[in-house]
Amino acid sequence: MKLTVNGENHEVASGTLAALLAELDYEGGWLATALNGEVVPAKERDGCALADGDRIEILAPMKGG
Amino acid sequence: MLELYGQQVSSRLLLGTALYPSPAIMAEAIKASGVDIVTVSLRRETSGGKAGGQFWSLIQSLGVHVLPNTAGCHSVKEAVTTARMAREVFATNWIKLEVIGNHDTLQPDVFGLVEAAKILSAEGFEVFPYTTDDLVVAERLLDAGCKVLMPWCAPIGSARGPQNLDALRSLRGHFPGVPLIVDAGIGRPSHAATVMELGYDAVLLNTAVAKAGDPVAMAAAFGKAVEAGRQAFLAGPLEPRDMAVPSTPVIGMAAFS
Repeated sequence: MKLTVNGENHEVASGTLAALLAELDYEGGWLATALNGEVVPAKERDGCALADGDRIEILAPMKGG
Repeated sequence: MLELYGQQVSSRLLLGTALYPSPAIMAEAIKASGVDIVTVSLRRETSGGKAGGQFWSLIQSLGVHVLPNTAGCHSVKEAVTTARMAREVFATNWIKLEVIGNHDTLQPDVFGLVEAAKILSAEGFEVFPYTTDDLVVAERLLDAGCKVLMPWCAPIGSARGPQNLDALRSLRGHFPGVPLIVDAGIGRPSHAATVMELGYDAVLLNTAVAKAGDPVAMAAAFGKAVEAGRQAFLAGPLEPRDMAVPSTPVIGMAAFS
């Protein structure tokens, strides 16, 4: 399945957002995720099915003004 | 004590966490200034990266409140989504709402700002809108549900200091009960003291401390300036006068001629 993760193209095997995070080596309770522009809370990632062409954002705390 | 959305804080200085020479210097600056609130952001994490987690651990170790921002967002949709993601990560309803309208001046898109503030307030967010010093926009933001306003005094990172004291005075005069925080454009402690003397409740800055020759010393200097300005406001500053007025008594002068 082809996905766009943080603006980059990826070919992945994962069928859910939770599996995708593990497959791409993302871990940590500080991550925030969005699928096609909509927020997916951490507790809903297991049940969040992915489809070809989906756009995923994985964000983390960063310095800011 | 300053109260922001029911949260009491003792320091009237809010600091950003960006642009410091190192995370250690940032942490020292935060401690030296005595701030209770720091701003943070959300950015893309790299695959396998731990940068976000390390930064977040450092901030948590400082025992301060975090005010997540929507910096860099140019549309209502971007800002609202970023705010929702920030609430998820930082576990706070606070959001420093930025909807940028112009690349060169980084001035807020006040129309988008009001729209986003309305959406987020309805969702239970406690919005700190980064706005201009426009009085009517301020009214719209209050109508949208904001209980704190954060007008700029000059463009972000410009260090120019207050460019329109009349507009800042007007805002202060119109909204005596609303916490007003000057956000953006402060360059020196004297700028911070100036707006605090006008009765502003607090000052939010970042670049002026982070890019100073000695950020830790500058953070301490800003802490003092904000306190001095507040104390001066409460003490009732003298208004400027057109003519000189002698301070030494005129009565009792000796006559030598």
